[in-house]
Amino acid sequence: MKLIKNIGLTLFILALTIFVASLTLSNHTLTEDVLSKNVPNQYHQEMIKQQAEDLMGKEFGSNVAFINAIKPVLNNSLEALDKASGVDRANGIWNAIPEKLPEGVSENDYRMFPNTVDDYLFSLTKYSANGLLPGNSNWFFLLSFILAALGGLMYLLPDLNLIPGIKNNQIYDSPATRGITFQARMIFLGMTILASVIMIVFKYLLIGILTIVAGLFIIYKIQKTNKENKVSFAKTRKVTATKGLGWIGISFGIFLVLFYISLYFFPEYITNWTLMLDPVSESLSGNSAGRWFLYGFLYTMVMFVMGIRMLIKYRHNNYQLVRTGSVMFFQTAFAFLIPEFLLRLNQPYMDFKNAWPLDYDFFFEIDKMYGQGTEFAIAGWATSVGTMMFIWGIVLTLVVVPFFTYYFGKRWYCSWVCGCGGLAETLGDPYRQLSDKSLTAWKYERYIIHGVLVFAIVMTGMVIYTYQTGSSNILFFDSYNVRSWYGFFIGSMFSGIVGTGFYPLMGNRVWCRFGCPLAALMGLVQRFQSRFRITTNGGQCISCGNCSTYCEMGIDVRAYAQRGQNVVRASCVGCGICAAVCPRGVLRLENGTIDIDNRVTELKTVHVKSISVTNGEFSLEGNEV
Amino acid sequence: MHIAIIGNGISGITAARYIRKLSEHKITVISSESDHFFSRTALMYIYMGHMRFEDTKPYEDWFWEKNRINLKKGFVKKVNHQDNEILFTKGEKMKYDKLILATGSASNKFGWPGQDLEAVHGMYSLQDLEAMEKYSEGLKCAVIVGGGLIGIEMAEMFHSRNIPVTFLVRETDFWNGVLPIEESKMVGRHISENHIDLQLATELKEIVDDGNGKACAVITSKGERIECGFVGLTAGVHPNIDFLKDSEIEIQRGIVVNDFLETNIPNIYAIGDCAQMQNPKPGRRPVEAIWYTGRMMGETVAYNVCGKKVAYDPGIWFNSAKFFEIEYQVYGTVLAKMADNHEAVYWEHADGRKSIRVIFDKNTEEIVGFNLMGVRFRHEVCEKWLKEKTIVEVVLQDLAIANFDPEFYKSHEHEVLNIYNQKSGKNLTPKKKRGWTQAFNFLNS
Repeated sequence: MKLIKNIGLTLFILALTIFVASLTLSNHTLTEDVLSKNVPNQYHQEMIKQQAEDLMGKEFGSNVAFINAIKPVLNNSLEALDKASGVDRANGIWNAIPEKLPEGVSENDYRMFPNTVDDYLFSLTKYSANGLLPGNSNWFFLLSFILAALGGLMYLLPDLNLIPGIKNNQIYDSPATRGITFQARMIFLGMTILASVIMIVFKYLLIGILTIVAGLFIIYKIQKTNKENKVSFAKTRKVTATKGLGWIGISFGIFLVLFYISLYFFPEYITNWTLMLDPVSESLSGNSAGRWFLYGFLYTMVMFVMGIRMLIKYRHNNYQLVRTGSVMFFQTAFAFLIPEFLLRLNQPYMDFKNAWPLDYDFFFEIDKMYGQGTEFAIAGWATSVGTMMFIWGIVLTLVVVPFFTYYFGKRWYCSWVCGCGGLAETLGDPYRQLSDKSLTAWKYERYIIHGVLVFAIVMTGMVIYTYQTGSSNILFFDSYNVRSWYGFFIGSMFSGIVGTGFYPLMGNRVWCRFGCPLAALMGLVQRFQSRFRITTNGGQCISCGNCSTYCEMGIDVRAYAQRGQNVVRASCVGCGICAAVCPRGVLRLENGTIDIDNRVTELKTVHVKSISVTNGEFSLEGNEV
Repeated sequence: MHIAIIGNGISGITAARYIRKLSEHKITVISSESDHFFSRTALMYIYMGHMRFEDTKPYEDWFWEKNRINLKKGFVKKVNHQDNEILFTKGEKMKYDKLILATGSASNKFGWPGQDLEAVHGMYSLQDLEAMEKYSEGLKCAVIVGGGLIGIEMAEMFHSRNIPVTFLVRETDFWNGVLPIEESKMVGRHISENHIDLQLATELKEIVDDGNGKACAVITSKGERIECGFVGLTAGVHPNIDFLKDSEIEIQRGIVVNDFLETNIPNIYAIGDCAQMQNPKPGRRPVEAIWYTGRMMGETVAYNVCGKKVAYDPGIWFNSAKFFEIEYQVYGTVLAKMADNHEAVYWEHADGRKSIRVIFDKNTEEIVGFNLMGVRFRHEVCEKWLKEKTIVEVVLQDLAIANFDPEFYKSHEHEVLNIYNQKSGKNLTPKKKRGWTQAFNFLNS
């Protein structure tokens, strides 16, 4: 058994090495053929050809060298076309002069824009590749993606021989899962926040300053209440049992962060990965693989392999089996396959389970995607697939989400359907114990997650206002800027880089707990009007703390369990692991209408019931005396 | 008023919390074991790497200052009740107005040769855990003596690090002084399937010195010599009251207390493992070293200390444990040897890791107890049935409302009912379904 596991691990590491190395295994040559295939626009093509005269046919030994050479060419082409069309920024002429454009050609067809440059940079880098990897991309696909999955499964499957039960041995001894100290965690987080604030200050001064002010305000508020309530901060969070550095976890975290940075901001450097996926992508959607296909494919594959791990680990627990099967299904079908098939059918790309405001750009393209007939949505709803999708999106957010949350708690989405949640429950499961359980963490959580919700609502309001009125200026803000701030700060930095990259550093639900606006919205329903709660079993709790330790949302479950109080919390995603790891059978996830307004009142371990406790005060987060 | 509490375990801490709820008295909790309250029952999980020590603390460190509960680290060597004073080993003194003794237990040693050697330890305190940790490095084999709850926990701890364990159990079946025979056999099988060398009906005769004062082997009552690097002594615990031997506080096995948890000396109380009830309730032992009773005593004593007389009433017996992967719960009276007037309905799952035992009185048909292995039952539902002496047929037909297993778990209540039907020749059918709504209705009926 040990042998099979070790072989599996070796194969996985080998595949991962090949995967990373494959980024460097290409030469790049720009030819007329590559140019004409990837730059179909004739004005752009001619201009680039003109600008790239020295590069044509020249072989570059690496993608880095090629990108360094082609990037200025594309930027120069943009400048040159601007100039030719009469744009003169120095003198305040921002748009093309119609007379300068060729007969019958619109400005948008003639000029290049920054996103056109990004697209060309990506596809020219991708298809100018030749050499070892591009020539054998199918082999490399097998040796990286497939071999990694097989190696992973070989490592996981022998666990079927263990007696079913809770298997958390040595989690805090392993350098992969033991996490890092509070101080180290703050350094990583601080660096990431600093980097993104610097980036945003460079690009948009106003939002940068606003973010810093908001951040300082939250810190001030929380430290003030902490002082008033004598709640201390650092002393509580030493990691006594940590025997050394969690170096595998840190390396994995850094790898994930780098992956997300490349994916979001520098996709041209990872084109070789997409090259390997072209056959798969073409067989599904008919298109070649872009960076989002790469992301979707990897995401689904990782969730599948790690989902199998989860199924093996909790094979004695039917709730976990059904739930894990569900997230695997929704990721594969709804997030991955159906959108690809839609593309094949020339329909708009849509993930039908992705609800606004998690799907923050749902309203961005009303005009383009859902445009036809939107204004006559009710009358003409059946006339267009786009309109139907639009209506479904609205119904999902306004009807399905609150109704299901009332009925089952937010778990129906967060730990049964959601893609982010699905990854957290599969890839992230080994890190669930790293979430911060302190009262202070909970105070930050409340400010930050509801702050993001407000941001999402304001941003979407501005987008709709702009769509309705055609005006993008609201107060001092440009609504197009606001959506790109949201996209950068929340969509990329928070949900991607911190949300997933920080799994091994801060636990697997950082995004869901501190950032997701949909989770915030459902949390309000769950806290105030839902049938869901975690019941506690009389006086059976022994305060051992397994439940709190393994709560990925950082809920101090024990604080409730030890006084026999049912858990009703906005953040609970209903993963059911607290109930699974409890050695005394104290916790159960339950729904019921019968006591819906009274879910938390009783304290079942209060033993002397005949005398009323007069001086007893307790707060929501479990710090009664 | 200054209330001093010796011991920061579940009993002492519960007392402190409730005194603070009820009053503004000055409270000092004294311990030599740890700076802060931690859950003793979770020590095994630290060793197994499931949790860090920090995670076993039910309250964050700022909690104590915020609630004005003073924590004092120190070892009490004497109580001078004439002067309302306690003496610490380091010579310090502390005055009190009322004193609560909550000093817990110590591991039993029965005078075995070699029992005080190095690498011989019980498994009760934080210091025991540290010792286990220290000797575990490079440990080839461990021997555990005594087949109770702590013994099997220790076996699981070593097992989690792949350290081979030989488990010496005096009884002919594991814990058969408490568990009925089927359950006892089940746990025995489960221990063996975890590759623990379970030696039943075997006692420790001697622990062998390696010449340097460290244990290197044991010799069993069957004459076998087993080489090992660590010996775990887990043959039960006794009240930790050595420091009171010369005092006038009445001591038998434990500190003798009346129904109000008062000792024979005014203003001194005793609770938890170290207390011995003068008049235990029928069917209950005078000393119960159980987490839950400690917690209940802590709450009760707080009222008495604060001047509201409340008699200690532990209510219907309940307990729980976990044997490797098998969870165990018990409610009411379940004896190893069933009483003559009792009868049992016993169902066991085909996989041999789950069972339900329902015990009732043959004559009156009243329910008397539940014993569960690998199945979770609702505490309050069972308690209500037991308190109200519900007729067994009603219980069996409604059994589903007692089920507390996670959602989507297979239901077995009808199988229990079928066994009863076969026995009695009746044809009863289930009347209630699982879930909160029906349980809630029952509890509020």
